[in-house]
Amino acid sequence: MARMKFICDAERCIECNGCVTACKAENNVPWGVNRRRVVTLNDGVAGEKSISVACMHCSDAPCMAVCPVDCFYRTDEGVVLHDKDVCIGCGYCSYACPFGAPQFPSNGTFGLRGKMDKCTFCAGGPEANGSPAEFEKYGRNRLSEGKLPACAEMCSTKALLGGDGDVVADIFRNRVLVRGKGSEVWGWGTAYGKPATGGPQQPKPEGKKS
Amino acid sequence: MMRTTALLLTCAALTLVACGEKTAGAAKKADVPAFQGSTGVGAYTASGWKPGDQSAWDQQLRTRAQGQNEYNRTSTQP
Repeated sequence: MARMKFICDAERCIECNGCVTACKAENNVPWGVNRRRVVTLNDGVAGEKSISVACMHCSDAPCMAVCPVDCFYRTDEGVVLHDKDVCIGCGYCSYACPFGAPQFPSNGTFGLRGKMDKCTFCAGGPEANGSPAEFEKYGRNRLSEGKLPACAEMCSTKALLGGDGDVVADIFRNRVLVRGKGSEVWGWGTAYGKPATGGPQQPKPEGKKS
Repeated sequence: MMRTTALLLTCAALTLVACGEKTAGAAKKADVPAFQGSTGVGAYTASGWKPGDQSAWDQQLRTRAQGQNEYNRTSTQP
């Protein structure tokens, strides 16, 4: 069984925002809502790094835990989705999410906060797969078409990888082995496991880490 | 005295009735698994797998994910 995950390679992201544009165009995301954003660390300083951030489809999602109306659910592939017909737009999930993934469109004259909107891993929602109702509320359902999220497939430098966690981790691990750096940013063993065949083992930390 | 006690008991019983009340929120709808395929425009569905076949769908996504591996496109393998 696939476990869908995103990985962003900070060594490759060039902050082009192609993923953001692809997401907005593919899913017809309303103005003011960004399901995906590019975040730059140490902006303007030599050696700055950028990563593309959206919902990480957590295995133990805090948004699911705090939702008072229990509108979230997880698919068999590990994609965290929600039912907009149940969502009350309270914003608890926004406070709980460490990635700022839940977004709230402003509707009406007084900017009334609408129902939550977030990355669906291009998997739509509980409506019929590929139906107009699903597109209206959640955007495209590319997974049901045998495709991967538009952001990852459109990434020009292939910094953003999306798909089965085992597959994308192998692709990323291979890159790290070839270029000889990059694993320290992410925590080799913790995040992606030990390499299946060959390759350097995870370096042992010399000092204590909190 | 008896009437006051009976009144108090009645009030307490009526108050506690609300504790067993179920919340009347909307229920989540059940989702159809992605491997069942899309009901939308058929031309958008990628070729190489049959909707409804989960193993074929898994394989399709694994193959598709390898499109993100540029080492598959170059002649020199690491």
